[in-house]
Amino acid sequence: MLTRDWLLDDSPATLMQANLGRAWRMTTALLRNPLAVAGLLIVLLLLATALFAPWIAPESPVGQNLSARLLPPSAAHWMGTDELGRDIFSRVVYGARITLLIVALVAVISAPLGLIIGAVAGYFGGWIDRILMGLTDVFLSLPKLILALAFVAALGPGIENAIIAIAITAWPAYARIARAETLTFRNSEYIQAVRLVGGSHGRIIFRHVLPLCTSSMIVRVTLDMAGIILTAAGLGFLGLGAQPPLPEWGAMISRGRTFILDQWWVATMPGFAIILVSLGFCFLGDGLRDVLDPKQGGEK
Amino acid sequence: MSTPAISLQDLDISYGDTKVVRGATFDVARGESFALVGESGSGKSTVLKAIAGLAPEWTGEISVLGKPRGHGTDRAFSEVCQMVFQDPYASLHPRKTVDTVLSEPLAIHGIGNRGARVVEMLGAVGLDRRFRFRFPHQLSGGQRQRVAIARALMLEPQVMLLDEPTSALDVSVQAEILNLLKRLRREQGLTYLMVTHNLPVVSFMCDRMAVMNKGRIVEIAPKTALYDGSFADPYTRDLYAASGGNPDADPAVAAALKTKDTA
Repeated sequence: MLTRDWLLDDSPATLMQANLGRAWRMTTALLRNPLAVAGLLIVLLLLATALFAPWIAPESPVGQNLSARLLPPSAAHWMGTDELGRDIFSRVVYGARITLLIVALVAVISAPLGLIIGAVAGYFGGWIDRILMGLTDVFLSLPKLILALAFVAALGPGIENAIIAIAITAWPAYARIARAETLTFRNSEYIQAVRLVGGSHGRIIFRHVLPLCTSSMIVRVTLDMAGIILTAAGLGFLGLGAQPPLPEWGAMISRGRTFILDQWWVATMPGFAIILVSLGFCFLGDGLRDVLDPKQGGEK
Repeated sequence: MSTPAISLQDLDISYGDTKVVRGATFDVARGESFALVGESGSGKSTVLKAIAGLAPEWTGEISVLGKPRGHGTDRAFSEVCQMVFQDPYASLHPRKTVDTVLSEPLAIHGIGNRGARVVEMLGAVGLDRRFRFRFPHQLSGGQRQRVAIARALMLEPQVMLLDEPTSALDVSVQAEILNLLKRLRREQGLTYLMVTHNLPVVSFMCDRMAVMNKGRIVEIAPKTALYDGSFADPYTRDLYAASGGNPDADPAVAAALKTKDTA
């Protein structure tokens, strides 16, 4: 039943077929974009690495071996070893889990929060808009990393607090986008039509406004992933994120800083991982924007 | 005489500080098709919006089927009066299938047996059932307007507000939609209040009309005036002269008169 013709049928027989057909069209459009495919592959690689870390990593990420300190990259240690003789490749592989955890949790917390605040502000307007957007402006006016630093300092260092701090600093941008999107169609005729048939405000916001905001939100969140990773790495670098011996990439760079002139690989290898994953999310975000943005003709 | 379907008494409507409509007063009888004509910006669509509850800043009295209207939208009102918008490209949610759009009014009002009702309504507005799960971008302008009409009819209202329902469509499709509206009115005994700037459409669809200019109703005339030009107000005479006299000569109406509704 699940053939190409069935998916692309102009006259779907069920709602599921119509939705699957739309998803299929988007997927094929995404796969036609080489950069997006590259980004998707990198993100999938990150996912696979995080999932299968114990099988991929040749050694324990925390097991110390002081007789093998600061060895350069070789066949035995692909990315060399750090100052406690731990295999850097293994640590980078396990670090993928932490990175993914941070990125996923921040996205799950901040995107819906920003989306709902923005949509409510944009839909109702008036004093609700002014209060919510005033709050958003307060958060937006503070530099992200400084605000995150302040929160972590208040909550205490650690990975969970770093996630909460980054999520708190990330939502205002989403609220702004969602509000701007909502303003463009809050007075449109299809929203008025729902009001005319008796739809409540909650129904209109959740069923009609939010679905139209989500595509730009997905794009924005994907593009922000790189920033989230960098902020997490920055917090780790400053010693306020993941605590030793957790193999968080930013914290690894921070430790490697001491040896950066003589043992360059200690800081460079996790740096490469950060760059690669950030780049992957950026490419994927760009590709998604081309597919999801109706103004670019992705819907036609 | 029974209570009128729509009754406006001394209605003033404003957007912020600007008064758009002043002193509008007219009654539309049950089962009647009444037109509001006038040039762009004369306030005719605003009158519809005020009745529908979408332009809440008004003073005066509006009652529909004998019940006075509040200033916003409400659920009980939605079961007796619905509106069809001008632009079918703007009145359908771009991410929702025809089925979702048509089921929604039923879901809001807790009416069951939705699938069968949707299929039945698609048939009534002349859409094949294979359109049921299409998205709006897979439909033509005329098909979209049929969906919009179907959505308005889902709750089986008695009064329909039509805001230039054909002006965004090309001529042959206009004729189809006009015929469809005419047939639906006959079959379901609907009352129409229709806004248009097209006098031939008035002669084809309506029994009486109110002519609006700069927010005021300048004249209420029967449709026969369109054939003999017996208008009292100078503005109406100018409007009539500008439309070129014989209403049946309009291409859309001529096509509508020629083709009976085949759907």
